Amino acid sequence: MIQRTPVSNAVTYLIMILGFVLLIGPLLVVLLGATQNVQQINMIPFRFVPQDQLFHNLQAAWRRANLGSAMLNSFIMASLVTVGKVALSALTAYAIVFFRTPLKHFLFWSVFITLMLPLEVRVVPTYAVAADLFSPINTLIELVTGTRLSIEWNLLNSFAGLTLPLIATATGTFLYRQFFLTLPEELAEAARIDGAGPIRFFFDMVLPLSRTNMLALTTIMFVYGWNQYLWPLLMVTDASYKTTMMSLISLLPADNGTPDWNVTLAGSLIIVLPPLLVVGTLQRWFVRGLVSHDK
Amino acid sequence: MEKRGAFTSWWLPIAFALPQFLLILLFFYWPAAAVIKWAFTLEPPFGGNAEFVGWQNFAQVFADPLYWNSVIVSLIFSLSAALFAILIGLVLALAVDRELPGSGFFRFIYILPFAIAGPAAGMAFRFILSPERGLMALVNQSYPDFWNPGKYGSHALILVIVIFIWKWAGYTFIFLLAGLQSVPRSLMEAAAIDGSSPLRRALDIQVPLLAPTLFFLLVTMMTEAFVGSDTFGIVRHTTDGGPNHGTEVMVYRIVDEAFHGLNYSGASAQSLVLIGLIMIFTFIQFRFVEKQVHYK
Repeated sequence: MIQRTPVSNAVTYLIMILGFVLLIGPLLVVLLGATQNVQQINMIPFRFVPQDQLFHNLQAAWRRANLGSAMLNSFIMASLVTVGKVALSALTAYAIVFFRTPLKHFLFWSVFITLMLPLEVRVVPTYAVAADLFSPINTLIELVTGTRLSIEWNLLNSFAGLTLPLIATATGTFLYRQFFLTLPEELAEAARIDGAGPIRFFFDMVLPLSRTNMLALTTIMFVYGWNQYLWPLLMVTDASYKTTMMSLISLLPADNGTPDWNVTLAGSLIIVLPPLLVVGTLQRWFVRGLVSHDK
Repeated sequence: MEKRGAFTSWWLPIAFALPQFLLILLFFYWPAAAVIKWAFTLEPPFGGNAEFVGWQNFAQVFADPLYWNSVIVSLIFSLSAALFAILIGLVLALAVDRELPGSGFFRFIYILPFAIAGPAAGMAFRFILSPERGLMALVNQSYPDFWNPGKYGSHALILVIVIFIWKWAGYTFIFLLAGLQSVPRSLMEAAAIDGSSPLRRALDIQVPLLAPTLFFLLVTMMTEAFVGSDTFGIVRHTTDGGPNHGTEVMVYRIVDEAFHGLNYSGASAQSLVLIGLIMIFTFIQFRFVEKQVHYK
């Protein structure tokens, strides 16, 4: 940029390479370890030399953790969460920005407060709701009318249970809201004069204009959905609904068994690959989504 | 937000907001109400209706030394994780911002760890920083027990902090680089003409101008480290809270007490304390964001 001296340039490159070693080094160790056999991976010191066992290890990990079904489940879960978030938060933000309604502030704040209620601090009662979806409604009816209903709908071991509680999103809503506020006011005026109602305006004008935002949101939310850990852990007891994050634990070598960390690392590699690919290939949008939502 | 409002309809905004609002009601507000209820009541051991006990659950939680242990562990974890993640991000952002040939590659690379889930990162680091194999074994051969997170709580805490920093350094980097790019070039050129070195310019011009971003990141990272999903995932998968409660952060303790100890009232009281803490963080962040708007 402004002024370059050989010394300052050398220092700059040194820092950047050091950052590479620190941040990418661990990924390289995983990648290299996954190509080695049991003897090689347990050598001291660790050999930074690729071997030819990668495919074999990937296969072994795939079988050991039943990754075929886990990958499919994670993919379905992450996709449903993403679609749900991208769609529902757009609708909410539209209601907040484009209508003259006294509910504006109420809606905004009710979404905002969810930021302060992370899953970890409300985990048991959220689980209770998912285990008996109508319990809040039943309780309210009982409170008001005094009669006890017994409608039951259990979300455990289902994709509905895996995804519905994760779909509400404050960050997504704020991302859209931020963008909607930058649209010129005359746009809606013009649409109205031309006879388009709010629904038509939403689908024909606002949504097409939000494409970049939707793409940005899709990338972050897919990574978010794929990386969910605590919620699937509680929701799923049936092995056929296991997600990849739950399968990680079955990749670990047994305490007194063969320390075949090469298979463990190969399995982790498979599991982290989809979000890594999303961030790698769609980085422009991923970063845009990150930087613009936290404002 | 005020000036908007092109359409008037009493039911359409409700219809648009309803799907997400219902989900929020069911999975956020109802559970939150249950947390408050449980925090002030106690289920009798042999069934029956929950009994109102006032602040008794809180008193019990505060009397437990293991609770205070988790508070201290959480504080150490969040403070050091946030500070180091920001420091690394800052140094890297300053370097990449000089736009030397090839810096685009590094910019691309640094965010990659952020894609990796806490539990998966934890698993990889269990190998990478294991005392018996991986990178630390060589040191341990000459100095036995120099590094043993399975045995020493302090080592285990360092391990989970390192994993957190590793994942989040790229995140702070992105924000700080964006901040640096909005520092006026003319300012930097003037300083360069006056003969100040790149380091001088970084310390006297760039970092002070980044103060709002740095503060924003500090609050965000503290919140993330206190209650973010990575914290639980990393601790659960790397050390399982041990050894001897050495890595038992507050969220881990809450989940553990609720699902293994079946102590809903105690867990709920702890949850409420944590929610209060997040509210303070969020409040600070918002006050600050308002200031940042005026800053330009």
